[in-house]
This record gives sequence, C-alpha cells and structure tokens, in this order.
Amino acid sequence: MAIQDMPGASPWTQRLLAIYGALVLFFLMLPTVIVIPMSFSDSQYLEFPPTSWSLRWYREYFGSSAWMSATWTSLLVAVLTTVLAAPLGTLAAYGMHCTSDKVRNALQLLVLMPVVVPSILVAVGVFHLYAIVDLNYSITGLVLAHTALAVPFVIITVLSSLNNYDMTQEMAARSMGASRPQAFLSITLPQIRFSVLTGAFLAFITSLDEVVVAKFISGGENATITRRMFNALRDQIDPTIAAISTCLIVVSVLALAAVQIFGARSKGSA
Amino acid sequence: MSTATAMNADELARGQRRERAQFIGLSLPATLLILIIVFLPLFWLSSLSFIDRGGELSTENYQRLAGDLYIEAFVVTFQISAAVTALCVLLGYPLAYWLSRKPQHTANLLLICVLLPFWTAVLVRTYAWLVLLQRNGLINNTLLSLGIIDAPLQLAHNLTASIIGMVHIMLPFLVLPLYATMKSIDGDLVRAAVGLGSSPTEAFWRIFVPMSLPGLFAGVVLVFIMSLGFYVTPALLGGGRVQMLAQRIESTITIFSNWGAASALGVVLLLMALALVALLHRVFGLDKLFVR
Repeated sequence: MAIQDMPGASPWTQRLLAIYGALVLFFLMLPTVIVIPMSFSDSQYLEFPPTSWSLRWYREYFGSSAWMSATWTSLLVAVLTTVLAAPLGTLAAYGMHCTSDKVRNALQLLVLMPVVVPSILVAVGVFHLYAIVDLNYSITGLVLAHTALAVPFVIITVLSSLNNYDMTQEMAARSMGASRPQAFLSITLPQIRFSVLTGAFLAFITSLDEVVVAKFISGGENATITRRMFNALRDQIDPTIAAISTCLIVVSVLALAAVQIFGARSKGSA
Repeated sequence: MSTATAMNADELARGQRRERAQFIGLSLPATLLILIIVFLPLFWLSSLSFIDRGGELSTENYQRLAGDLYIEAFVVTFQISAAVTALCVLLGYPLAYWLSRKPQHTANLLLICVLLPFWTAVLVRTYAWLVLLQRNGLINNTLLSLGIIDAPLQLAHNLTASIIGMVHIMLPFLVLPLYATMKSIDGDLVRAAVGLGSSPTEAFWRIFVPMSLPGLFAGVVLVFIMSLGFYVTPALLGGGRVQMLAQRIESTITIFSNWGAASALGVVLLLMALALVALLHRVFGLDKLFVR
C-alpha cells in the first residue's frame, strides 16, 4: 500500500485532515497527561502548571491508613480475580474452540453478556444476591463478581488466538501417545501463552478499575480504592486523588505496554 | 468389511460426541459463574418488577414509569446517548480514516494515544475532566488569560460536562472497530475510481464510505448501548443535575428503597440494550467485534 494512501486528495485536504486528527488525539490524551504534573503541586487548589512542586499529596496518600487499606483491598481483589479468571477463561475458550459451531456460538453470546449488560444492573442484582448468601462487604464476594466481569476478556483474547492456531499439532502429539491434557499443556498452551497473558492483564485492569459494582458490594474495611475515590469526588476535588490517579495511570501504562509487547510476539509466532 | 467400517464410523461418531460433551464441560466453570453472578440476579430483578409495594402481583411498577419523573429520565438518557454517539462519529471517523491511511508503524504509534485512555480507569479520566473544567481549572484560566472571557464559566457539574466526559470515554470504542474495518479496505479500489475519472471527493463518498459502514455501525451501536446504561461519569460530572436512567435506578434504590420501581426501570433498560445487541449481532456478528 502507498505511504499516504489518499488517491487524488489535494495537499490541503490532507493537511486539514492531519490537523483534525492530531486535535482529536490531543483531546484523548490531554486529561490523562494533565493529571500527572498536577499531582506534584504544592497547592491546595489543583493548578496547571503548578507554581511550586512537592510530594505533599503522595505523602497524604501513602500516609493515610484509610487510602492504604483501600489500595491493598483493590490490589488483592485484582490479583485474585486475575488468578481465577485467567485459567477459567483459558479452559472455557479451549472448550468452546473444540466443540461444535452451534454450541460455540451460543456460549459466545452468553459470555459476552457481562460486557453489554449495564453495570448498574449487575451491581444492583449482585448486591441482592449477596444479601441472601451474606457476601456483601467481603473479599470473596468482590473477587467472584469481578471474575464474572473479567473472564469474558480472557475468553475473547484466547479464543481469537486459538482461531489462528493449527489444532492438527495437538492431534499429532496425541497420535504419538500424548493424552489430551498432555497435548494441550505441552503443545498448545506454550503457543497461545501470550494471549493468555494479555487476557490476564485485561482481567487485572478490569478488576482494579471497576467502580459501580464495588460501590454497591464493597464497604467497611473491604472498601476498594475506586469506591473511596468515587465517594470522595462527590463531595469535593481532593488533590490526594490526583496522586492516586497518577499511580493508577502508571499501572495502566505498564499493563498496556506489556500487552503491546505480548501482542507483537504472539503475532510473530502464530 | 463393510460392516466393520460402519461400526467404526458409528463408534467414531459416538466418541466424538462424548469428547464434545467434555469440551462443553471445560467451559462450565466460567459460564456457571457468569450465569450465577450476572444472569440469576437479572431474572430476580425482572420478577421483582412485577410485584407492587403491597407484595401483590401487578404491573403497577410499569405504570409508574409513565410518570413525568421517569419519562424525563428516558428522554434525557436518549438525548445524551444520541449526542454522545453523534459527537463520537464526528471526532472518530476522520481520526480513524487518517490513521488507517498512514503507514503501519506510524499508525501503531499514534494508536497508542487511543489505547492509553482506553486502558486508563474511567474514574481517573472523569476526575481529570473535573479538574480541567472546574472554576479555576486549566480551561477557564486559559480562556481568561486569552481575554476571551471576563469571569470564569460554570463548566463542570452540568449537562455539557457530562457529555464531554462521556465522549472522551466512548471515543476509543468507536475508533478501534472503525479503524480495523478501514484498514481492510483495499486502497486500489478508490485509486481505480479516480483513475476512471471520478473526482477524489466522489470516490471517497461512493467507494470508501460505504465500505467502512460495517465498522462504523459496530462502533455506533456499541457507544450507544454503553451510553444508555452509563453511571460513573454523568453522576460525577453532572453534579446531580443530570439524571440518566442508571442514576435514577441507583437513587430509587439507595434513597427511596423502592426495589420494584427500580427493577421495572432496569428491565426496560436491559431490554433496550439487548435489542441493540441483537441488532448488532445480526448485522455485524458480535464475535468479530472483539477479535482484532
């Protein structure tokens, strides 16, 4: 394909389009980028650019036992969610890939539901369910709910990499005496491992960033960081949240970078 | 000889069926979890919506939805979702087109600007907009120092702020499928049209745009569905002035503890979302949406 592939378009049209595109990208990036320098401001009022710099709001964040306990709750829940969602999602994707088309299509639709059902409805529903089985305000309850929300992302990524994978390799291994689980673990899994990792990162971020369900079913000493942030933001714009946001942005950047690298590798190997 | 093959084929078929059943079993833990956490409570919500405050079976809750308060929530939700979707198309289509006509490595670099917000927490981005739009925020200060305004504008805590925040959050959901579709359009087709005497503008509108419609449709429906049920951003950036369906459901439960009325609202919201999902599935194939 040609370098700038707009046949016949005048240089002016192309320039205008480039300016417009760059402005939209600026709009997308601006809020994320602006929070970071602001979090290093010394002022009560979030200003840009900061007139004096300090780590004041980071000290506030890391020195507050309430924020810290919420941070640990969120991290614990996100890690446990990842540990559950990655294997469950991989198994489900493998099962769906190997079964008949009809069953696979039905399961695919079912699995996509948590992505499209409005989160407020999931939140209200789970809150009621947990009131019956006494799981509200518990880590177990949060992990189960977040796993249900995160597992579709693992299934989607693993399923798409299985679609590009040649299953006859597994058959070859089995014809030479390997059992089905052996063939999967030693032949298939190593080749789809980057998609499993991508799904795992997606699951981690899904859990860490989830607000609405956590707002309903987490609380007390098991309140998540997003729940606390949401409640704090309803009252006032606390600069401590700029410091917390910066930390969350760093986690997102690292996760995105990891996924980009895994993505490039899995495309290279498949 | 022939009976032996027949038997083998029979056995093979049976073995295959057994194996398929086992494969469904592998999906069971994940699907069961989704059924219990997501589906079961939704069924319960729908049944609750048919029980009135006295505990009797009735359609009272649905009749109440015709009241002004709820009608207004529906109208506002539709207006905001439509505005957000339209703005996303206006911003996203030219961006996706520009990116899709760039060489791969440049496009990949620029795409990071779309992916990074996509990966950043919705709450963090909403907070960032609160900071940008506040009374002494960057936008007010810039406008003041440029002499465009004399006094700070009320930018946050209203409808406009909610729409800006939502567009920012939804835009990647439109750009990503649209970009994927545009990337697969063969540039030679447009070139051929121009070579055969069509003007570049005409070739763009009559060749390129129609071929990009499946991706545009997917993005539009996705953004619209997500806007209908959106909670976080309008709740924070609207400052209590913007009451979309999701906030109405939340306040009906947490303030008025009226589960029946909230459930009825929820059922209607769910049905609208599912109808749009079904439409999307029919036209585009939902499974394709997420596979890049």
